[in-house]
Amino acid sequence: MDIKSMKNYLYWLYCQFELITCSYLMEPWEKLLFYSFNITMLVMVLYIAYIFVPVHITMAFQFFFFHENL
Amino acid sequence: MLSEPLPCSCGLNHIVHNGGLYKRPFNEAFEETPMLVAVLTYVGYGVLTLFGYLRDFMRQWKIEKCQNATEREEQKDFVPLYQDFENFYNRNLYMRIRDSWNRPICSVPGAKVDMMERVSHDYNWTFTYTGRVIKDIINMGSYNYLGFAQKAGTCQEAAAKVLSQYGAGVCSTRQEMGNLDKHEELEKLVARFLGVESAMAYGMGFATNSMNIPALVGKGCLILSDELNHASLVLGARLSGATIRIFKHNNMQSLEKLLKDAIVHGQPRTRRPWKKILILVEGIYSMEGSIVRLPEVIALKKKYKSYLYLDEAHSIGALGPSGRGVVEYFGLSPEDVDVMMGTFTKSFGAAGGYIGGKKELIDYLRTYSHSAVYATSLSPPVVEQIITSMKCIMGEDGTNVGKARVQQLAENTRYFRRRLKEMGFIIYGNEDSPVVPLMLYMPAKIGAFGREMLKRNIGVVVVGFPATPIIESRARFCLSAAHTKEMLDTALKEINEVGDLLQLKYSRHRLVPLLDRPFDETTYEETED
Repeated sequence: MDIKSMKNYLYWLYCQFELITCSYLMEPWEKLLFYSFNITMLVMVLYIAYIFVPVHITMAFQFFFFHENL
Repeated sequence: MLSEPLPCSCGLNHIVHNGGLYKRPFNEAFEETPMLVAVLTYVGYGVLTLFGYLRDFMRQWKIEKCQNATEREEQKDFVPLYQDFENFYNRNLYMRIRDSWNRPICSVPGAKVDMMERVSHDYNWTFTYTGRVIKDIINMGSYNYLGFAQKAGTCQEAAAKVLSQYGAGVCSTRQEMGNLDKHEELEKLVARFLGVESAMAYGMGFATNSMNIPALVGKGCLILSDELNHASLVLGARLSGATIRIFKHNNMQSLEKLLKDAIVHGQPRTRRPWKKILILVEGIYSMEGSIVRLPEVIALKKKYKSYLYLDEAHSIGALGPSGRGVVEYFGLSPEDVDVMMGTFTKSFGAAGGYIGGKKELIDYLRTYSHSAVYATSLSPPVVEQIITSMKCIMGEDGTNVGKARVQQLAENTRYFRRRLKEMGFIIYGNEDSPVVPLMLYMPAKIGAFGREMLKRNIGVVVVGFPATPIIESRARFCLSAAHTKEMLDTALKEINEVGDLLQLKYSRHRLVPLLDRPFDETTYEETED
């Protein structure tokens, strides 16, 4: 039952996240607020990474290996 | 025999023999908090603090109903009463996990206890009883070290007989009309039990400390008190008006430095010598599970000519081959300790406290102690419970029950502590102390541990701020001679499960599992040199 144990493991990970950030103790509306803030921040970071990381890597590559093309 | 401490960078104190002062190995360990756990604990407290500010804001602006105590409308412009950190913590952190405390029990707090079930529909601001009684919860929280909290047996029968003879109330203080012959009998018995000249018993353990220390020391005296002393000792020291200096917990170098400074420099402004120097220590510290280094304290006391006040609240009855406390555990003479104080609440299943010492000291206390003059004396059935249980421990009732209980407690302690350490939890304290603190650290785990253990029918006591430092919250197990091995195995299995569920196994030192050595009468003899 690999899917079941995988789901259990993911649920256990979610429980650990809840315990560490103390969202286990929060009321439902507080949890909603907290999770929406976290997810918004995470989505923004991932979007910025998606936009800028290839550009930065290309520029760094050109700087270190192909001086004459700059 | 002088042996070097084993070279170990982990901070564990292996067998230490300090110039032959110790006749048995002193194994005490306080494992350091792992760095990641400390950081995550602060993260958790940070999140809760932010939400606390949000909730306070909403309560202030009437977006949310305010259910805690606030000032009245007319007093809003006065000095604010509820703005300090303690009240903030109370409203926003303590309230969320409050259901783990003040649980109402409805049976005798023996090895198993019944509890009334309660639910809260508004997140712990109010509780309602469902009417159901949860039966046979394994009790790992009561201070029932020798299992004398019973509702049947010789102690209970004797107490019932005395209740029908004397009644329950005394209606007077010791000095007026409250001095019963039962009290005299109890005091002679306590003196014989401890091996001191004379003893005096009081109605309340807390009041024994807080009311008698002011009678012993006053202005112009110096009190050297351990960092982690109980509130009763701190209150008594402050009420006395003496100068108080704190030494680090169980740290003899710190104590010696303070003693040296006191003798060399004297009182702060006038440089006169101190009238008296009193060292306040406890036998077992109930939050850490550590045992005081009594041989070293006594050596220091003799060297610098000061006095020792030993509070054996948790260690009387629980340590030592025949239950006489921490003095017997180290093989020392009770005459070295000037004031031996203890309580009857923990190992004797009763209530009250006692002070034992030289006859002149106790006669002085009979006249000058606040407790003797103003407090009602012990109730007769309680006195009979103490007398019967003490005779049982000493073996004077003709049976082997007392000795068997003391040995059972020692066996339970060793077994429980070893199994928990093998599982990988961080356990503080000395190997032989029946108080076992298991570190939890994170605030959400405090509430989760209490609730999960109750779901599995085990009652535990969890402790957080302000009784402990803010990141070092813990669950404290109190072992009892009434716990059978099956109960301990059940409890250990559940603790293991909950530890895996909540990921509490922080320890980085794994003990090698030993073969279970059978515990017999020779175990105490083996450890002597």
